[in-house]
Amino acid sequence: MSSISRDEVAHLARLARLELEPDELDHLAGQLDQIIGAVGQVSQVAADDIPPTSHALPITNVFRDDVRRPCLSSEAALSGAPEAEEGRFRVPQILGEEQ
Amino acid sequence: MPTATTALPSFDDVIARFDPVMGMEVHVELGTVTKMFCGCSTEFGAEPNTQVCPTCLGLPGSLPVVNRTAVESAMRIGLALNCHIAEYCRFARKNYFYPDMPKNFQISQYDEPIAFDGWTEVTVDTDDGPRVVPIGIERAHMEEDTGKSLHVGGSTGRIHGASHSLLDYNRAGIPLIEIVTKPIEVEAALAPAVARAYVTELRELVRALGVSEARMELGQMRCDANVSLRPRGTTTFGTRSETKNVNSLRSVERAVTYEIRRHAAVLDAGEPVVQETRHWHEDTGETTAGRTKEEAEDYRYFPEPDLVPLAPSREWVEELRGTLPEPPAARRARLQGEWGFTDLEMRDVVNAGAMGLVEETVTAGSDPAGAKKWWLGEIARTANERGAELDQVGITPQQVARVQELIGAGTLNDKLARQVVEGVLAGEGSPDEVIEARGLAVVSDDAALGAAVDDAIAAMPDAAEKVRGGNMGPVGALIGSVMKATQGQADAQRVRELILQRLGE
Repeated sequence: MSSISRDEVAHLARLARLELEPDELDHLAGQLDQIIGAVGQVSQVAADDIPPTSHALPITNVFRDDVRRPCLSSEAALSGAPEAEEGRFRVPQILGEEQ
Repeated sequence: MPTATTALPSFDDVIARFDPVMGMEVHVELGTVTKMFCGCSTEFGAEPNTQVCPTCLGLPGSLPVVNRTAVESAMRIGLALNCHIAEYCRFARKNYFYPDMPKNFQISQYDEPIAFDGWTEVTVDTDDGPRVVPIGIERAHMEEDTGKSLHVGGSTGRIHGASHSLLDYNRAGIPLIEIVTKPIEVEAALAPAVARAYVTELRELVRALGVSEARMELGQMRCDANVSLRPRGTTTFGTRSETKNVNSLRSVERAVTYEIRRHAAVLDAGEPVVQETRHWHEDTGETTAGRTKEEAEDYRYFPEPDLVPLAPSREWVEELRGTLPEPPAARRARLQGEWGFTDLEMRDVVNAGAMGLVEETVTAGSDPAGAKKWWLGEIARTANERGAELDQVGITPQQVARVQELIGAGTLNDKLARQVVEGVLAGEGSPDEVIEARGLAVVSDDAALGAAVDDAIAAMPDAAEKVRGGNMGPVGALIGSVMKATQGQADAQRVRELILQRLGE
């Protein structure tokens, strides 16, 4: 019984901006199914009194003071950008997205 | 769907038949020195991409660390809104692809907000006098602001038709607190005013807390207004729209009014209201459709693995509670008492967003009534004309107090004082500089005034005779004549004295 459908894999691929061919979807659906199955074994031993773990370390409240640290220069910040213009990161047309 | 305002039913018609439900989401940019998760400066107006570092640029290997002051500010906002403060909460990753966040996710909070389940109250005017309306607070959570986009190649900087966009990440990572109300159900006629009063209240509150200047015109406070409508007498909530970019107090009221009318038009036409994002346009006073809910992103929130959970101790929470300023409602009541204003006068001051300014003006030496007169009169008119906030039109409380002082000293009369304020508002300098430059001081030189008084008496013998005979009625006409002759620059009280002196003898 597979726990992730081909449609769900296609949906995830779209969210991750991945273009996948139909045979890749089938291939990955099988692989993801195995991964989910493996992780699912945890639920067999996790009783109700064991909350889901999001953090491995049992620490809380790690803060820094509100004190300025040096920033990068604009040149350094933009040095890894494929394109820059007027001191800003240049990105391709965003198209029909709303903002 | 109707697009022109003219096609919409009138607000009065709509509120006779429908009841609105509102929900307000307000983002407040905190005034911390550094960003939420890194030590970059938050100062406004720096050159693009000069307040960035590997963390806020999302470079590989960088890790966020939480700003303690931002967390304290969030908790203080929560406490001031009578919220519970979470004993344990986590940050969450909100995943989306959009160039305003270089990481491709925003660190926010999802199902574990730092503050939740609170309330505040606002006062609005009704036909039966001021009414206090309680507003439930669903939650206040922490997140980081996004970068700023500049769209190039399209018309007027719009994203549609742009050939490409330019990103400045100075703002990316600045601490934001998002405050969400519970559904606000209030009688239809009051809804727009309640929405505005709520945002005004929040602005006052965060300013009083000292956690943000909340300058809406700088984007330090931004408002989304959710509106739905249901026919009167029914109980099921209608489908809501979420109007974005409502970034002035006046716009909040206008946008809610517009959306109530638009929903009514859709419902009247027998069509379903579409659940969608709408964009507010200040210039046309209308909203236009944005993305619909079906197209809405699937954000795949999950607990932020790079940040450990927060577990504020109850001692810490109580310590912060001890730092809260006087609650706005209590402050209003206190100031009203100190100033001797009626409920109506106080309401006008509060609704105009002028309470703090009047307070500062009084502190600077003005009498309360005089301070109120200026801020709600000349200055409010100018602010309205310019579409600006009262504290942004170019006159300070100290300058207003100075004008009042000069009136008290007899250097200015009301007419001249108005010209002085007008000059200050026009950017001509301080009150004293305007008086100097425009030559506005009152003529109090008795010799000069005396001549004008004699002329007036000679020109109006009938009036003079009556006054001599003890009929004080025509004194006003004589004073008016002198004021006219001196182009309004005379001290009217002194003129009256001089006239009576001459005619009494």
